[in-house]
Amino acid sequence: MRKISLDKLDQLFAEISSKSALYIPVDTAAGAKFEKYDGTKKMSDALNTVRSAKDFFFPQTENLVDFKVEGKTIEIKETVKEDEDFVVFGVRACDVKSFEILDRVFLADPVDNFYKNRRDHGIIVSMACTRPAETCFCQTFGIDATAPAGDIECHKTTDAVYLEAKTDKGAKLLKSLNALTEDADASAVEAQKAQTKEVFKKLPLAGLDASAFGDGKTNEFFNAPEWKTLSESCLGCGTCTFVCPTCQCYDIKDFNTGHEVKRFRCWDSCMYSDFTRMAHGNPRLTQVERFRQRFMHKLVYYPTNNEGIFGCVGCGRCMAKCPINMNIVKVMKKLGGNK
Amino acid sequence: MQEIKREDLIAKAAQLLADGTVDRVIGWKKGEFDYDVTPAVFTTKEELENEFVWNDFCGANFSKYIKKEAEKSESKVMAFLKPCDTYSFNQLLTEYKFDREKVYVVGVPCNGMLDDSKIKESASGISSVTEENGKVVVDTLYDGKITLERADVLAERCANCKSKKHAAYDELLGTEGEVLDSKRFDEVEKLEKMTPDERFAFWQNELSRCIRCNACRNICPACTCEKCVFDNPASGVENKAISDSFEEKMFHIIRAFHVVGRCTDCGECSRVCPQNIPLHLLNRKFIKDINGFYGEYQAGAEVGSRAPIVDYTKEDLEPSEAVERGEENA
Repeated sequence: MRKISLDKLDQLFAEISSKSALYIPVDTAAGAKFEKYDGTKKMSDALNTVRSAKDFFFPQTENLVDFKVEGKTIEIKETVKEDEDFVVFGVRACDVKSFEILDRVFLADPVDNFYKNRRDHGIIVSMACTRPAETCFCQTFGIDATAPAGDIECHKTTDAVYLEAKTDKGAKLLKSLNALTEDADASAVEAQKAQTKEVFKKLPLAGLDASAFGDGKTNEFFNAPEWKTLSESCLGCGTCTFVCPTCQCYDIKDFNTGHEVKRFRCWDSCMYSDFTRMAHGNPRLTQVERFRQRFMHKLVYYPTNNEGIFGCVGCGRCMAKCPINMNIVKVMKKLGGNK
Repeated sequence: MQEIKREDLIAKAAQLLADGTVDRVIGWKKGEFDYDVTPAVFTTKEELENEFVWNDFCGANFSKYIKKEAEKSESKVMAFLKPCDTYSFNQLLTEYKFDREKVYVVGVPCNGMLDDSKIKESASGISSVTEENGKVVVDTLYDGKITLERADVLAERCANCKSKKHAAYDELLGTEGEVLDSKRFDEVEKLEKMTPDERFAFWQNELSRCIRCNACRNICPACTCEKCVFDNPASGVENKAISDSFEEKMFHIIRAFHVVGRCTDCGECSRVCPQNIPLHLLNRKFIKDINGFYGEYQAGAEVGSRAPIVDYTKEDLEPSEAVERGEENA
């Protein structure tokens, strides 16, 4: 394990950003967000960014291909380009775990080259949590926020940041920073971890249990009468799906600029009326079905297709941002029976 | 602190359910914490006693639910409406969006609602939010009890409340208030004083954060099209992606234009925005201009009033004069 004192953190950022693009969470009037380090930005102490870190690998919109039709010829322009390495610093355990959930979708056959390209070039430097919020429930899904992993795992104490490589990619980056860091023993980190774990036990959602859901539970929950009341106040906006680190649905559309066609991919939301619309129409006619889709996907369909792994990481963003305060916790409590 | 107590609201709702005046009640349902209140429909006294909540976080406007519930059944639904909500209510009636006979309105006085995101700026790990001696007391996991001034955590729209007087009700609980002389146009004036370039930069910065979640549109009492043009794949402008960093201005400006003269300035658009974009300022600019060009007009103050923008009088400003005055402000 290496360490760097907090007053030298800017030097660390400068060093990393001299070799590759570096993104750190910064405070803005609209909450914390990841921004490219420019030599002046200060790292936010906020528990989490408003938008999740999935944006780095699965952006809200991206061009897939451009084409131009002239007479009987079609000119096809590839838009995918080899990315350069980039580093995302300060990713929390929930978001780190979300990459694994996205990987199982986008890196499974057929591999999504756009996503893979960015995953291959991205280096994740995680940051352990010390002050979880009342909306945090990552522990429900077996995530240890005091051991967030990633390529390099960081722990910030009152005077230093401790760094430990977790992958070869991380080891290489950490080694390149040796001139700025020093060897450290893990005692300060271990003490902090123990303290944070005590806090986690006291969180209001500490007892939230997902065991009622999971692999093979489709029939048990699909026709539950509770979906009607749970969804009755849902406005059908896309806030929960767009701030969610694991929501992965997208749409592919053509945009005619007048002289060429841009085929782009953009996030879609199961809350929207034209989600998965087909020739015959939308298979989910009302908000009850659309609402059910989102939670069944996270709690039942995803685990069914992925060896029991849940499609939620308990980051709490949907709890903080839903305009009418309906969220996965309320759904789990109502359907799963644990009040 | 609100004037009327939760128990009084439950008693009123239970009475109306019991005597058959209504068979459903639109109210607020308690959440996991003190601040995450959800609009809900209650049908029994037991449900109300178990889950109904009335506190400083009952800001949600019920317009969308009133419209939906009124369409559902022949029987009446009851809704608790705060003063600002009644303006949206009247505006929807003006546009024939639901049958007045289907809704029983119980007016409740409002002392302003709190903004949980403002509280979270000062407090993390919130265990409870209560009120003691007119101050907001937040119990936290890390820093014990934190005492905040109510004015500091009041929602922006409540700090600039335009009316404590209900514009509609069948029955009123508590004391009726007055239409207020608010400072709600101060922020608009600041924008007007900017140069066009500064103003462009301001909105570019704000609107570039839009993630096109449509929360502003979906909560908006004035957005009542059966099918929004932006949701209609056949419209040619359907769009759930942002085509460039400033494309979003089109969506928001078109939406603001579409609700001109109908927007009551309820402020729900800004409340629900996950990216904290001050969308209400677009609407307030239009309201301020209408007031200046055509005389004071408050949408929803009375049912059936015609907004100056869709009405004609001989005294109306000539378009050329409006342009000139606009240029003075530019």
